[in-house]
Amino acid sequence: MSPLPATATSAAAVRAVSVATQGMTKRFGGFTALDDVSIAVPAGGFHVLLGENGAGKSTLVKCMMGFYQPDAGTLVVDGTPVAVRNPRDARALGIGMVYQHFTLVPSLTGAENLVISRADAPAVINWGRERERLAAFMARMPFRVPLDRPVASLAAGEKQKLEILKLLYLDGRFLILDEPTSVLTPGEADEVLGLLRDMTRRGDLSVLMISHKFREVTAFADAVSVLRRGALVGGGRVADMTTDGMARLMIGDTPVREQAGRAPVAASRQTVLDLAGLVADDDAGRPAVDGVSLKVRAGEIVGIAGVSGNGQAALVEVLNGQRPLRDGRIFIHNEPFEPVRRDFDRFRVFGLPEEPLKNAAVPRMSVAENIAFRAFDKPPAAKFGWWMSPGPIRARAAALVERYKVKTASLDAPIATLSGGNVQRAILARELSGEVDVLVVANPCFGLDFASVAEIRAQIMEQRNRGAAVLLVSEDLDEILELADRVAVMSEGRIAYTAPVGDTDRTTIGRHMAGH
Amino acid sequence: MTAQLAIVLTAMLGGAIRVSTPFIFVALGETLTEKSGRINLGLEGTLVLGAMLGYATAYLTGSPWLGVLAGGGAGVLLGTLHGLLCSLPRVNDIAVGIAMMTLGTGLAFFFGKPFIQPEAPHLPSIPLADWTGDPALAVALRVNPLFFVGVAAALVMAWGFRNTRIGLVVRTTGDSAAAALAMGVSVNRVRTLATATGGFLAGIGGAFLSLYYPGSWNEGLSSGQGLMAVALVIFARWSPIRCVLAALLFGAAGAIGPALQSVGVTQGYYLFNAAPYILTLLVMVGSSGSKDALRAAPGELSITR
Repeated sequence: MSPLPATATSAAAVRAVSVATQGMTKRFGGFTALDDVSIAVPAGGFHVLLGENGAGKSTLVKCMMGFYQPDAGTLVVDGTPVAVRNPRDARALGIGMVYQHFTLVPSLTGAENLVISRADAPAVINWGRERERLAAFMARMPFRVPLDRPVASLAAGEKQKLEILKLLYLDGRFLILDEPTSVLTPGEADEVLGLLRDMTRRGDLSVLMISHKFREVTAFADAVSVLRRGALVGGGRVADMTTDGMARLMIGDTPVREQAGRAPVAASRQTVLDLAGLVADDDAGRPAVDGVSLKVRAGEIVGIAGVSGNGQAALVEVLNGQRPLRDGRIFIHNEPFEPVRRDFDRFRVFGLPEEPLKNAAVPRMSVAENIAFRAFDKPPAAKFGWWMSPGPIRARAAALVERYKVKTASLDAPIATLSGGNVQRAILARELSGEVDVLVVANPCFGLDFASVAEIRAQIMEQRNRGAAVLLVSEDLDEILELADRVAVMSEGRIAYTAPVGDTDRTTIGRHMAGH
Repeated sequence: MTAQLAIVLTAMLGGAIRVSTPFIFVALGETLTEKSGRINLGLEGTLVLGAMLGYATAYLTGSPWLGVLAGGGAGVLLGTLHGLLCSLPRVNDIAVGIAMMTLGTGLAFFFGKPFIQPEAPHLPSIPLADWTGDPALAVALRVNPLFFVGVAAALVMAWGFRNTRIGLVVRTTGDSAAAALAMGVSVNRVRTLATATGGFLAGIGGAFLSLYYPGSWNEGLSSGQGLMAVALVIFARWSPIRCVLAALLFGAAGAIGPALQSVGVTQGYYLFNAAPYILTLLVMVGSSGSKDALRAAPGELSITR
């Protein structure tokens, strides 16, 4: 790709550095994760790397940061080829990275985190002087974050800002951001990205951001590069591209299954799932779910939106029987429901929790055994309730693997050896193969490729159309807007807002996610 | 009656200072180790080996202070061994700690047999209240110098955890190994050094047992004080200053029996002597349910993860 013209910057005060990769190639064994990729980010540029999971975005930035040594290709910083052997070399060149997970130390305060991250942190810290220097530094910065509190007590958005501040504090002049907005509300994301874009416009900073949100690309970036299966398939100035064009570049020619249509539903359908004042604590004993009341009718998908860490995970754990309720009751068809196996069967409650390998499967047991969890103790798999016959178990597993297109080496392979999408399909096959009255789904498409996402969403929609009451918890607002009939926003353990999906919009939902 | 109560309380104060000293050293050592992200349950063994080596060194050289150093040295050796073993992949620090406890006491019993009889020189004491002319107070406040060393060590540690690079690196390592690695810190090296230094402190605590109070070497010398000190760290929520306060509390509990005996109350002597053990049980039950304790715990400890 040809170098892009630098955005309008005053040449006098440009601190930002330009970074380019030339013919970057990385192989893991016989697998080529990155194939001859050349991108160029000019000083003061805001560049986005687009691509599906496994497209090679992370591999590319890890080569730039020195986590991986590329098999071929060079990194060019400010026009000079450089060798980056480890992240420390990258840091010396002014290149810093903000990761998806936080790298701050939870029990240290913001100030302690900043000072200790410096390579030249003094042996004895003179806090009076450091505070003055930090105050002077913060005065130049666009974000405000409290520095005197332990990081553990900061909100996710503040932590993310502090991560970025840390890199700027370390004199980072080229920031790599790996999906930085996944933990932020839409409002916070716009604020952070807007301030970073202002810094790039002033020439203080260049930004390379990994993202899959087209909205952020069109709103903030100057230029974009699209990766697919390790190769650069296109890119250019954002102004010259359309969202459809970018999506086509990302997905390629993979046929995508048609989205199942939303069947019309009579408004008078009865309530199936009724959560009445649920309260539950997190592991540290603080209230995670704090008085959640919600009704889900038959043939309805209620989507729970919210920034991660606002109690959604705890709520799903309560419904799965993984977390005790401190207060409140669950009713299904007006009868009290306890999250135990007997009631799951009686009320036909099924679920797909997030991270199914951890929450819904026994990783070392075989695919067939995992698929049999719901039925292994009932005929035909078992006689008298305890005598198991492997034949029917395998036959049923084989049929479901076939029907749900689970790619596995054999039925006897441990389920942990399957890819994420295939684990998801195997668990879905187990949960959706019978009659479903209530379905509880959490982040079902997290980390999956486009084709699997469409398929899994279609399965969920199909259950709704067949009359199941579906509770969909997702951190992906687009997923909720696509699937749900009604949106509920969860913030600080409470339901902050509910509305039919037709009567609301992204801004309103975002405001409630932020707790306003 | 009030006079007797005053005597009991004075005796308990003196006893608290005397009995708490080894608790302070072991608890500080364990705090340092746990702040770096490892648990060393072997400090009971370190305490016993430190006591034996300290006593033997003092007897052979005639200098109790060399004995103290020898006790600390024994702790460094056991701590380093623990640290290095736990640096190997997939080695569990709790299991290694239990092995180190057995190793330390075993070594001490094996090499300590010849030193049960001889008399080694004791550590001096500092008379703080002789000028009052009150004999009870004078006896109670003849304070051993190691107590002050322990309190000073606690202050230095509390200050160092906040104000020095080493302190912040140890806390980082103990709270988030990933963050420490990202900073370019060798997690295993920090933890091994912290465990060795913690062992040094615990070894000094052992030397105190044999060289000041009770002031002789025998195999029943420690009677589980090293283990109690580890429990005390949780009670003190990993704060060096609270370690000292908690150690004084445990010391006072341990001094109840002798203090009551000094005013002629001999009934239930053994029951009162069990006070520290009962206190340990209560503390463990009380603090393991406490959510504050869980929040203060270093994030990398194998019991909290």
